[in-house]
Amino acid sequence: MSQALLASITVFVLSVFLGFELISRVPTLLHTPLMSGTNAIHGIVLVGAMLIAGSADSDLEKALAFVAVVFGTINVVGGFLVTDRMLEMFKRKPTERDE
Amino acid sequence: MILAVSQTTINLAYLVAGVCLIIGIKRLSSPATARSGNVVAAVGMAIAILFTFLDPDLDSYWIILAGMAVGTVIGIAAARMVKMTAIPQMVALFNGVGGGAAALIAAAEFHRLAPESGHVLPEWMGAMLFSALIGSISFSGSLVAFAKLQELLPGKPIVFRGQQLVNGALFAGLLAAGVAAGATEAGIWAVVLLLGALVFGVLLVLPIGGADMPVVISLLNAFTGLAAASAGFVLENTALIIGGTLVGASGTLLTVLMGRAMNRSLANVLFGAFGAPVPAATGGPAASTDGKSYREVTAEDAAVMLAYASRVVVVPGYGLAVAQAQHNVRELADLLEQRGVDVKYAIHPVAGRMPGHMNVLLAEANVPYPQLYDMEDVNPEFPRTDVALIIGANDVTNPAAREDPESPLYGMPILNVDQSANVVVLKRSMSPGFAGIDNDLFYRPNTAMLFGDAKSSVEKLVAAVKAA
Repeated sequence: MSQALLASITVFVLSVFLGFELISRVPTLLHTPLMSGTNAIHGIVLVGAMLIAGSADSDLEKALAFVAVVFGTINVVGGFLVTDRMLEMFKRKPTERDE
Repeated sequence: MILAVSQTTINLAYLVAGVCLIIGIKRLSSPATARSGNVVAAVGMAIAILFTFLDPDLDSYWIILAGMAVGTVIGIAAARMVKMTAIPQMVALFNGVGGGAAALIAAAEFHRLAPESGHVLPEWMGAMLFSALIGSISFSGSLVAFAKLQELLPGKPIVFRGQQLVNGALFAGLLAAGVAAGATEAGIWAVVLLLGALVFGVLLVLPIGGADMPVVISLLNAFTGLAAASAGFVLENTALIIGGTLVGASGTLLTVLMGRAMNRSLANVLFGAFGAPVPAATGGPAASTDGKSYREVTAEDAAVMLAYASRVVVVPGYGLAVAQAQHNVRELADLLEQRGVDVKYAIHPVAGRMPGHMNVLLAEANVPYPQLYDMEDVNPEFPRTDVALIIGANDVTNPAAREDPESPLYGMPILNVDQSANVVVLKRSMSPGFAGIDNDLFYRPNTAMLFGDAKSSVEKLVAAVKAA
């Protein structure tokens, strides 16, 4: 096993535990915004699409990479904006109550 | 290329970005900090994207810039123009394109690496194929979820004979295609895998009812996260692995939590349509009212009941969201309050099967937050309530959940509206709710039905209360 793969696996396993741990106590009120927020976060796939697009050789790869960048950008931009709009609704409440 | 920056610097930036994403998710899970959490996560994302531009391996930028320009315009337009009620399907769409991006990355990498036979490390090949499979399923599945919520496709489960067999065979075929693609490194098998996975995503979501879509979207959200993480293994990119895995793990847990709030297992959501007999979904009013009688009421009569009540509890549900009646409901509640009626809103945790959805809708209509009551707080109020006004809610009010051990809903915590002196149900017809289960509440002697679209019914109530 290469060092690079081992490092990747380490990051992966720790992230799994962290992901579970982070949201284990979420009020139902926030399930939808949280889903939307994490939805925006997997838009990080855009970084991958950029790397592919910047080093594509053939026309086919360029075409695939272009669509991937468009998709990834929609995911990031749309995801964060929609989440923000959703959370804006919660802000107006005069008092915060515990769930 | 723009600036000479080493890979080490970029990886350090990815670490900072990863920390931002983690703090963002953490803050998103508490009401007081949620909005700032979203901003922190967005900053992390921006850092990751900016430093990716400095990657020395990039030798052209125009595809990236053109793609980002197009994506930004579409993303902003979609996020700004969507109505609050349509947000679930918008999330589905954004999720789908994310999965699609992961699948396309895998396809492009496969095309680049595969011709150099022997150069594809087994772990890369495995990660590529996994990313292609899961990303495609997430893409097409999300599009079906979008179409169902947008009512482009019927919301009810679409089932056909032998569907499970077909799905099972297709999935086995996908695995075989994946093995063939890995072993032969032939592009044709990769194409078969991608297209087959698209079909599988469609077949997976079609049999799931519209009301369960949020749970499905949450699951597909986790899928996209895993596809992104998998792409990170191929590209040896820690930002992708951290971001994707965080979403994969938290999304899985969130899916389970949402299912639990509905007292249903994930398997029941995904495959529930197969076990239960389907006639409930296709049968009209006649089929669901056999032998039992219900009482219909005019808007004028219902308005009089409301206007001369002293305590009214409004129970909003999916029907209110679909009809976008939240502003009209607010107007009705204001009118009643001016007449000295005490008005409360009872929010079931999964009202509309979309946790938090009702809170968002009512907040949009400027309903004062102190008037919103959680299930535990409002249930003791019902025996003292004169009129419970049910607006497009169904399964969350079904007394069978409390009384009938045979009912599929049995054990789900419900709003005990049947304990009120009077119940007025605003509903389009007698057809059963999304769970496809007849609601005994409608046949109780203290229940009156007001048929029609939630919005027009509430408008009629407003007019009638003014006249009363």
